[in-house]
Amino acid sequence: MTPTDRTHRTVDVLVVGAGPAGLAVAARLAAAGVDRVEVLDREQRAGGIPRHCDHTGFGLRDLRRVMTGPDYARHHIAAAIRAGAVLRTGVTATGWAAPRTVDVTGPTGLERITATAVVLATGARERPRSARLVPGTRPAGVFTTGQLQQAVHVHHQSVGRRAVIVGAERVSYSAVATLRRAGAEVAAMVTDQPRHQTHPARHLGTRLRHGVPLVTGATVAELTGRVRLESVRLRHRDGRTAAIGCDTVVFTGDWIPDHELARSAGIALDPGTRGPATDAEFRTGEPGVFAVGNLLHPVETADIAALDGRFAAAPVLRHLTGVPWTPGPLPVRVEAPLLWISPNRLTPDGPRPPHGRFTLRTERFLTRPVLTVSQDGRTLHRGRLPHTAAPNRPFHLPADWIAGADAHGGPVRITAD
Amino acid sequence: MTVTTTGDLPDEVYDVAIIGAGVVGTAIARELARYRLRIALVEASDDVGNGTSKANTAILHTGFDATPGTLEARLVREGYQRLTAYAAETGIPLEPLGALLVAWDGEQLAALPSLAEKAVRNGYHETAVLGTEAVYAREPHLGPGALGALEVPGESVICPWTTTLAYATQAVRAGVALHLNCPAGAITTGVDHHEIATPRGVLRTRHLVNAAGLYSDEINRRLGHEEFTVTPRRGQLIVFDKFARGLVDHILLPVPTALGKGVLVAPTVYGNVLLGPTAEDLDDKTATGSSAGGLASLREKGARILPELLEEEVTAVYAGLRAATEHGDFQIRADPGRRYVAVGGIRSTGLTASMAIAAHVAQLLVDCGLDPGPEREIESVRMPTIGEAFPRPYQRADLIAADPAYGTVVCHCERVTRGEIRDALTATVPPASLDGLRRRTRALAGRCQGFFCGAAVRAQFEAATAAQDRTEARR
Ligand SMILES: Cc1cc2nc3c(=O)[nH]c(=O)nc-3n(C[C@H](O)[C@H](O)[C@H](O)COP(=O)(O)OP(=O)(O)OC[C@H]3O[C@@H](n4cnc5c(N)ncnc54)[C@H](O)[C@@H]3O)c2cc1C
Ligand SMILES: Cc1cc2nc3c(=O)[nH]c(=O)nc-3n(C[C@H](O)[C@H](O)[C@H](O)COP(=O)(O)OP(=O)(O)OC[C@H]3O[C@@H](n4cnc5c(N)ncnc54)[C@H](O)[C@@H]3O)c2cc1C
Repeated sequence: MTPTDRTHRTVDVLVVGAGPAGLAVAARLAAAGVDRVEVLDREQRAGGIPRHCDHTGFGLRDLRRVMTGPDYARHHIAAAIRAGAVLRTGVTATGWAAPRTVDVTGPTGLERITATAVVLATGARERPRSARLVPGTRPAGVFTTGQLQQAVHVHHQSVGRRAVIVGAERVSYSAVATLRRAGAEVAAMVTDQPRHQTHPARHLGTRLRHGVPLVTGATVAELTGRVRLESVRLRHRDGRTAAIGCDTVVFTGDWIPDHELARSAGIALDPGTRGPATDAEFRTGEPGVFAVGNLLHPVETADIAALDGRFAAAPVLRHLTGVPWTPGPLPVRVEAPLLWISPNRLTPDGPRPPHGRFTLRTERFLTRPVLTVSQDGRTLHRGRLPHTAAPNRPFHLPADWIAGADAHGGPVRITAD
Repeated sequence: MTVTTTGDLPDEVYDVAIIGAGVVGTAIARELARYRLRIALVEASDDVGNGTSKANTAILHTGFDATPGTLEARLVREGYQRLTAYAAETGIPLEPLGALLVAWDGEQLAALPSLAEKAVRNGYHETAVLGTEAVYAREPHLGPGALGALEVPGESVICPWTTTLAYATQAVRAGVALHLNCPAGAITTGVDHHEIATPRGVLRTRHLVNAAGLYSDEINRRLGHEEFTVTPRRGQLIVFDKFARGLVDHILLPVPTALGKGVLVAPTVYGNVLLGPTAEDLDDKTATGSSAGGLASLREKGARILPELLEEEVTAVYAGLRAATEHGDFQIRADPGRRYVAVGGIRSTGLTASMAIAAHVAQLLVDCGLDPGPEREIESVRMPTIGEAFPRPYQRADLIAADPAYGTVVCHCERVTRGEIRDALTATVPPASLDGLRRRTRALAGRCQGFFCGAAVRAQFEAATAAQDRTEARR
């Protein structure tokens, strides 16, 4: 054996990532009769992020019932296997040898897999402390929610005694729950926004039942401590600073798609989501390569990711029958304070996105904003959102206007005021 | 092989004791291990290379811009040759990328010929002055406004962690006793040996080498010397994501000005891009934190040099402290009367100069009366590949076929396998912390900083250390 020997194989569809999105698309495709559907995951177990979200609240939109994350993961694994998809864990897609040909590493060796369609379902992660440029020392006790959940729920490791949580969005409240389970006290939640960004009931429960104070309008100015974290210094909007003593800090939210494989294929990314630019049919700019789940919209709930997988099955099937690859020609761009929109390419006479709507994010609270869609100075749509748009939460724009866009015109722009 | 981390020090009189297991102290230990001597290397922290040596810009300098005639100029030039050869022999990641000193204004442009001439005086003849077009041909992503550059083809990037670890590993295998968690305290110098107080008992040695980095002045004073005072000069750095690597292919050095060496942009051997360092004189030898002001100024400078760099994600931020003194040169001094050599003021080139410093110190010890006896062959070492210039284990079918643990990726961002982590945990000089494991394998050093693998890496680390504790308890 030479150092670089690889076995070569061919499959019909290769799905990279066995989270809710990847498992759902694989299950649909296998059930529709596609012969060789193979799903790879680099983790030792399939299921994606829900594996370690040991609390309830999964499955409402796709399965119409509510279960815990691990149960939800098991459900999707079983469904994919039952449908006839091949699931391989502990196998990492490391790069591309050619378009639609992926190099992988696993304990059985190196392989090169060529597929008629490749579906990227590699998910998203939280930006760590360093990427947020939080100054100070580099002590132990600094987490993201993903690391915290795995430490507590999967590996039963000790974490600290007293924690500060940075963020007050959905996942931040999951971090509170995990810390409480680990027996740690939560000293405070901190957000740079004027209010929390979760469901009021969830927030109230955390605040009243567990007495967790919420500090708004504040950012983390510095971490201190040599070996172990000793305090988190906050800077309030008015410039005042104050330190909170703690041995643990959890940086929550602030998502970035795990786009390594997409980017290394040279697939164009959307400047807002930082995931691959895709159209209503989950097509990227690279023929035969689709993308689904949180890789496209960092971050949505697991059931939304799974629904992506379901919706993507039909376009993948069309591609397998030889329909030419013509991804949506028009980029859809947002302007500040909007952060991103998904999908972000469109075909005026093509299908609407799932549920007939686009998903967006804003960087600050917008009270019943008016959303305007325009192309080359021409207004395609104008409408008031019936509710407040909150940062770190999805809101939607109906897609009825897409037929009015000019396929040969400039980018479509979305503004909010 | 002796590495101790707890318990009483062995009751023996060493021929030579070296205080400080940074890149300099370990290089000295390795150099002396080539003779039949009883040698102790004592280190205050729980790992080798835990001081300045873990937090630098990781460049192997040719010495082209040193002050001609200084000891530093000679040792950097020699050290460059020695370490280049040693890296090839041991597998220390090293990439000879070459440097460009980019001139952004007329004054800097005018300075290039004299820098080329200074290089010649330092024995370096390969520089070339490039015009604007040639600069952009080599570095198309450079920001607008570059007027020219001095090209220094020999400047290289290297792995500082593997370097220190290779020295320490080879020294320990050749018989050096490495005592970690062993800060040297009061020193009593007698007629034929020194007694050094440590929390783990008294260390006795005939000859003493002080390679204590930032604390070398304090040790020096304990021997009655006042020649230099160390003032920590902090350097903060930002490590950018591997996706930034395509933006730059040389070490981009600023043209030196009166204000010092300035901020550079350089690839790392791990495939990232570094931006830094700052230069801030402080009085706290433990101030290795980063500051908002420091990071902001780096980003401002980086935006000028390589604008697209700032669009990429940041992987890590760190700071190191240079051991600057009031003198313009290394402070390497022998006191034959006390059988003592001080190795202080090893400021911003100590990684490069390390092997040459070691050879120089060995000679000074002879001048102090040490009889090393005949030189002997010592076993060479081969270090794990953590650089990107050669195939890593996850890319090697032959390794995985022999042991599937090399096909099981644990740290996904850096593609570190279970087999590599296992090997590091059972190596000659094993890590005492997750941070030490990170420096040996790159596990936890990638863009997610542990989001995916933090808990799994910790589990493997804790399982291995618990197993070692059980074995030690049984002994
Ligand atoms: C900490 C946290 C808490 C959350 N809490 C909730 C919650 O309470 N309720 C809820 O509904 N949603 C929650 N979410 C969101 C939910 O987990 C995600 O929406 C969902 O998991 C997204 O599914 P996905 O399939 O797109 O990605 P993921 O679940 O992230 O799956 C991606 C998979 O791809 C694999 N992969 C990536 N790259 C490669 C490669 N190169 N080779 C092989 N495999 C690869 C990964 O190992 C992973 O298993 C949470 C998310 C996080 C991070
Ligand atoms: C920002 C920055 C950038 C740099 N860039 C480069 C570069 O690109 N190229 C280059 O060649 N050099 C560079 N350097 C310089 C280089 O890193 C140093 O010169 C080198 O690491 C010094 O090594 P050392 O062994 O002398 O010190 P250290 O690594 O600090 O080792 C000294 C050791 O002594 C121990 N110690 C101290 N007191 C005691 C005691 N009482 N008892 C026991 N142990 C003790 C400490 O714990 C420490 O481990 C840079 C430095 C900095 C800060």
